[in-house]
Amino acid sequence: MQTQPTIDYALHLADSALILGQRNGEWCAHGPILEQDIAITNITLDLIGQSRLFYQYAAACMNESGTAEATEDTLAYLRTERSFKNLLMCELPNGDWAQTVLRQFFFSQFQLLLLEQLQHAGNEQYAAIAAKSIKETQYHVKWSSEWVIRLGDGTAESHEKMENAVNALWMYTGEFFIAADYEAVDVAALKNKWMEAVTAIFEEATLSMPENTFMQTGGKTGTHTEHLGYILSELQYLQRTYPGAEW
Amino acid sequence: MELYDLEKKFQEKIEKEIKIEPRDWMPDAYRKTNLRQISQHAHSEIVGMLPEGNWISRAPSLKRKAILIAKVQDEAGHGLYLYSAAETLGTSREQMIDDLHSGKAKYSSIFNYPTLTWADMGAVGWLVDGAAILNQVMLCRTSYGPYARAMVRICKEESFHQRQGFESLLVMSQGTEAQRAMCQDAINRWWWPSLMMFGPKDSESTNSDQSMKWKIKRKTNDELRQQFVDMIAEQIKLLGMTLPDPDLRWNEERKHYDFGEINWTEFWNVVKGNGPCNKQRLEARNKAHEEGAWVRAAALAYAEKKRVRTTAKVA
Ligand SMILES: [Fe+2]
Ligand SMILES: [Fe+2]
Ligand SMILES: [Fe+2]
Repeated sequence: MQTQPTIDYALHLADSALILGQRNGEWCAHGPILEQDIAITNITLDLIGQSRLFYQYAAACMNESGTAEATEDTLAYLRTERSFKNLLMCELPNGDWAQTVLRQFFFSQFQLLLLEQLQHAGNEQYAAIAAKSIKETQYHVKWSSEWVIRLGDGTAESHEKMENAVNALWMYTGEFFIAADYEAVDVAALKNKWMEAVTAIFEEATLSMPENTFMQTGGKTGTHTEHLGYILSELQYLQRTYPGAEW
Repeated sequence: MELYDLEKKFQEKIEKEIKIEPRDWMPDAYRKTNLRQISQHAHSEIVGMLPEGNWISRAPSLKRKAILIAKVQDEAGHGLYLYSAAETLGTSREQMIDDLHSGKAKYSSIFNYPTLTWADMGAVGWLVDGAAILNQVMLCRTSYGPYARAMVRICKEESFHQRQGFESLLVMSQGTEAQRAMCQDAINRWWWPSLMMFGPKDSESTNSDQSMKWKIKRKTNDELRQQFVDMIAEQIKLLGMTLPDPDLRWNEERKHYDFGEINWTEFWNVVKGNGPCNKQRLEARNKAHEEGAWVRAAALAYAEKKRVRTTAKVA
């Protein structure tokens, strides 16, 4: 039988993927170029797919311990603001294309390092989901880092927009590396590698690394920004309006 | 060769079912008609992403959300193939998109109707993609090679969309009272606009004859519409729902369903820009395009920098 931390951790990973997927999904049909509309939508689909795997695992653990009749949908659609455990960065509004691709890069680069560790965290289910998700995430890192470089080193306007994006998002990166008590991967140990990867891409993008920024926290333990409530209102609307209906 | 001979040879090829390819000689009007039709078709795929995109954030389950996103993404892919096919006729995608945004080019009027409830996702897949498929299956054999080939790829995905739409309605039709009502309401709203997708009656259609002669089209608007009515009138029985047409009944003599008169005033109104969402759809496309301008400029600038750097290295 799996313990509460295992369930919470699966929910944390699922929530981050779902909420970022939900945000990226807002670009679908509104992207700057048709090819990129398709690309970001691909990433959205991957993230929602990953969230489903983690929710399904969490549901299986919960049902096994007899605490509830959980499914991927009850977990995504019937939990409330304070029980969502996603990283704060995932719930921020998309902003412009610069902010969207930078967020994707920060998140995916972190997720990639995390999934690599998750393969060896002594849990077969986690290992299987991680193995499946790594390939997708490698592509997300490649796609998003190329955009960070392209915009950073593109025009004066795009460079400025990238700098604004860095300023807006950097304070949400600290939370990645502060472990919640349920985490099965030593996230603090990922920080150096993540910084190295980001530094390398920023260098190519002619962007400077921010220093000494105050870091926001709280997502992992359910203290969110004001944005999450609105995301859940939309996401959960049909399940809340028609309780018990099947779709 | 004289123009007369060229035209004769061209028509002979058409008769012999030899595809016309981009470098072949073709009458100016044939080029224009194809360009107009293919680009309109491409625009329809792109504008069509909007009414369905409208429900992505609110899909009622993760599975339905994934299916819907994948569907809308497929439509974007269809737009891409079709823009490429149209470009072989000598007009750039840029130009075509500008024509869409200025209102000069048209797209299918069906996308000027709003998607009001979740059941509309099922109804659009079943009825709108269903109507589109009949047209597109015919176009798989259209005389212009690049268009025909694009259609073959697209048709496979479209029939998948139709099945998914139907399946989603089927689940709702077996659900709660509220779900059944939502399902019937969506069918009521989408039925007549779907019939309008086939265009004016043959007796009123201006460029139909020439398109048939050139085998751009192989079936008339009325033939396709009848085929659609016959198909849907049977499928709806499986849903236990009804179509909102008191005149709909099987005609044993014709071996087809008879159906009521389309509201042509509404049809022309929507074509002329007065549909519920004409303005909103064009605004959304324009907004995405304008807000993406700096992104496209940056991508170009970066590609150029990179090119210069690589040539400098080689030199
Ligand atoms: Fe399509
Ligand atoms: Fe379509
Ligand atoms: Fe479709």
